[in-house]
Amino acid sequence: MSLSKIKFDKKIVLSFWIILIALIIAAPTLLPVFRLNLLGRYLSLSIVALGVDLIWGYTGLLSLGQGIFFALGGYCAAMYLQITSSSEFPNNIPEFFALYGVEKLPFFWEPFRSPVFTFLAIWIIPALVAGLIGFLVFRNRIKGVYFSILTQASLLVFFNFFNGQQKLINGTNGLKTDVTQLFGQMVGSESMQRIFFWITAILVIAAWFFAKWVVKGRFGNILIGIRDDEPRVRFTGYNPVIFKTIIFSIAGGLAGISGALYTVQSGIVSPQFMTVPFSIEMVIWVAVGGRGTLLGAILGAVFINYAKSLVSEALPASWMFIQGGLFILVVTALPEGVLGWIQGDGPRNLLQRFGLKRKIETYPSLEVNNKEGNNE
Amino acid sequence: MNNNDLLNLIDITVSFEGFLALNKLNLNLKKGELRAVIGPNGAGKTTFLDVITGKVKPTKGEVIFKGKSLVGRKEHKIARLGVGRKFQSPRIFENLTVKENLEISVTTPKSPLNLINKNIKDEQLTEIDRLMKIVNLAQKVDSKAGSLSHGQKQWLEIAMLVGQKPDLMLVDEPVAGLTDEETDLTADLLKSLSGENTVVVIDHDMEFIRRLDSNVSVLNQGTVLCEGTMETIQKDKKVIDVYLGRPED
Repeated sequence: MSLSKIKFDKKIVLSFWIILIALIIAAPTLLPVFRLNLLGRYLSLSIVALGVDLIWGYTGLLSLGQGIFFALGGYCAAMYLQITSSSEFPNNIPEFFALYGVEKLPFFWEPFRSPVFTFLAIWIIPALVAGLIGFLVFRNRIKGVYFSILTQASLLVFFNFFNGQQKLINGTNGLKTDVTQLFGQMVGSESMQRIFFWITAILVIAAWFFAKWVVKGRFGNILIGIRDDEPRVRFTGYNPVIFKTIIFSIAGGLAGISGALYTVQSGIVSPQFMTVPFSIEMVIWVAVGGRGTLLGAILGAVFINYAKSLVSEALPASWMFIQGGLFILVVTALPEGVLGWIQGDGPRNLLQRFGLKRKIETYPSLEVNNKEGNNE
Repeated sequence: MNNNDLLNLIDITVSFEGFLALNKLNLNLKKGELRAVIGPNGAGKTTFLDVITGKVKPTKGEVIFKGKSLVGRKEHKIARLGVGRKFQSPRIFENLTVKENLEISVTTPKSPLNLINKNIKDEQLTEIDRLMKIVNLAQKVDSKAGSLSHGQKQWLEIAMLVGQKPDLMLVDEPVAGLTDEETDLTADLLKSLSGENTVVVIDHDMEFIRRLDSNVSVLNQGTVLCEGTMETIQKDKKVIDVYLGRPED
C-alpha cells in the first residue's frame, strides 16, 4: 500500500472518531428528546449492520434473514421488562395474557425474571439459533443465492410463528416496553431514553472494535478466502463450515443486541421486526455504506435511517422511491459503496472527469506520490 | 503394492451419469518419487486429482495414502493428512497480500481458535521468508496477490503448496502461460522438491516433462495406457497412436 493512502485512511478514521465522539457528547444536549431517541434507534441498527458486513462483506454470505435474530434479541429484552413490571396485573403476569384467558405464565417466560439471564439471553439465544441454522445450511454446502433464499424462508417461518402465538407472546400485537418499569423508572421516560442513548453509543463503538478484532489477522483472511474461493480454502486444510458457522453466529449475536436496544428505544417489539423488507433494508445500509469496511456499515445504517425519517416528514410516501434509487445508484455506479468509493480512487477519478485534476498516465504510485520525479 | 508406496490407486472408476471419466485406473507412487502424468484432453487427468483430494468420490475402487483409505474423507481432512494441490489456473487469494496468502498455507493447526487467539509462530514467519525467496517474491510481500503477473501467481501458488508441507504434492499444469525461462525454473524447483516430497505433475508441455527427467504415466480414456521413462513411452506404439501423433501427421 502506498504511503499517501495510509495517511489518507488515517485521516478519515481520525476525523470520523472526532466527529463521532463530539456528536455523542453533544447529542443529548443539542437534540430534542424526539430526535435523540431517533438517533439512538438508528445507532442501535448500526450494530446489526456490522453483523451483516461481517457475514456478507467479509465472508460473502448474503443473509436476508437477520431480522430473526434482531427480533429474538428484542423479545428477550421485552419479556424481561414485561414480567418485572407485572406485579399489579391479575395473576402477577403481563397484562396481555388476560385478554386471551391465560392464567399461568408460559414456562419459557420464567427464566426472564432474572436480569442476568436476560442480559446473556439477548445475545446468546440469537447467536445459538444462528449457529444452528448456519451449521445445518453450511454443512450441506448450500451457498450463494440458495443461501439467501433459505434465510429469507426461515425469516418468514419465524414471522408467521410469532404472529400466530397470541397466548404465548401476544402474537401480532407484540410486546410493549415503553410503559414498563426498569430500576423504578418508566422505560419510555425522557431520562431513561437518555441513558439508553449512551448505552447504545458505547455498545456501537464496542461492537465496532469487536468486529475489527474478528476480521484482523489470519481469521479475517480466512473469511475473505472463503468469500473469494471457498474450495481453495478447503484444499488448504481449513474447514469452511466451522468458520462460516462461527461468523454467522457472531452476526446473530450482534443482531440480538441491536434488536434489544432498538426495542427499548422504540417502545415495542413485534413480528414486524421480521418482515422481509426490513431484513433487506439491513443489506442496503451495508451496500450503500460500503461492504467489507465495517465503518461503512455503521454510517450507512445511521445516515440512511436518518434520511428516511427526514424525507418521510417532508414528503410522505416518497421514501421508498428514494431508497430504491439509492440502491440502484450504488449497485451501478458505486459497487464498493460510498466508503469503498472514497477509499478507492473514486474522488480523484471524478475530479479528473471534470478536468480538475491531472490525468494519471502511468502508475499512481509513480505520479502521485512522487511528484518531483517522473514527469512521463 | 508394497511398503515403500505412498499412494496406491486401485481400480478407480468414476462415472458421471454413465460417462466413465476414470475406468479401472491403477497407479502406485513411491515415497520421494517425481511422477509426470500426461494424456490428451478428456483423458481424466484432472478427475484423477479430484479423486485423490476428495473433491470427487470414486464410484468404485480404493485410494490408499500412507496406509489409510482416503475415499469418503472430506477435502480439508485429506489436506491435513498431507495431500497438497496446485490448481490448473492459479488459484490464490487475490484480495490478500502475498504474505497473507502464505500465512494461510503455513499456519498450523488450522482451527478457528488458533487463528483468532494466537499470533503466527516465529518459525512459520521464517518459513514464509524462505518461501518468498525461493519463488522470488520477497519484494512483493505486501502487494495484493491480485496485482502479480501470471507467472508470479503460479509461483505464489507453488510456494503456498510447499508451505503446507504436504507429503504428496499434486501439481496441475504449473507452467501454463509461463515464459521459457520461468518454465525452466519451475522444472528445477519441482525436481528439487522431489526426494523429500512426492510430487505428481500434470502437464501437456512435452519439453517441460522431458526436463523433469522422471517417470511418466500416460492416461487415456480414464485409464493408464503406459508407464515408464520419457524415452520408453515415446517409442510405445499405443502412446504414439493416441497422443504423440504419428511422425507423418
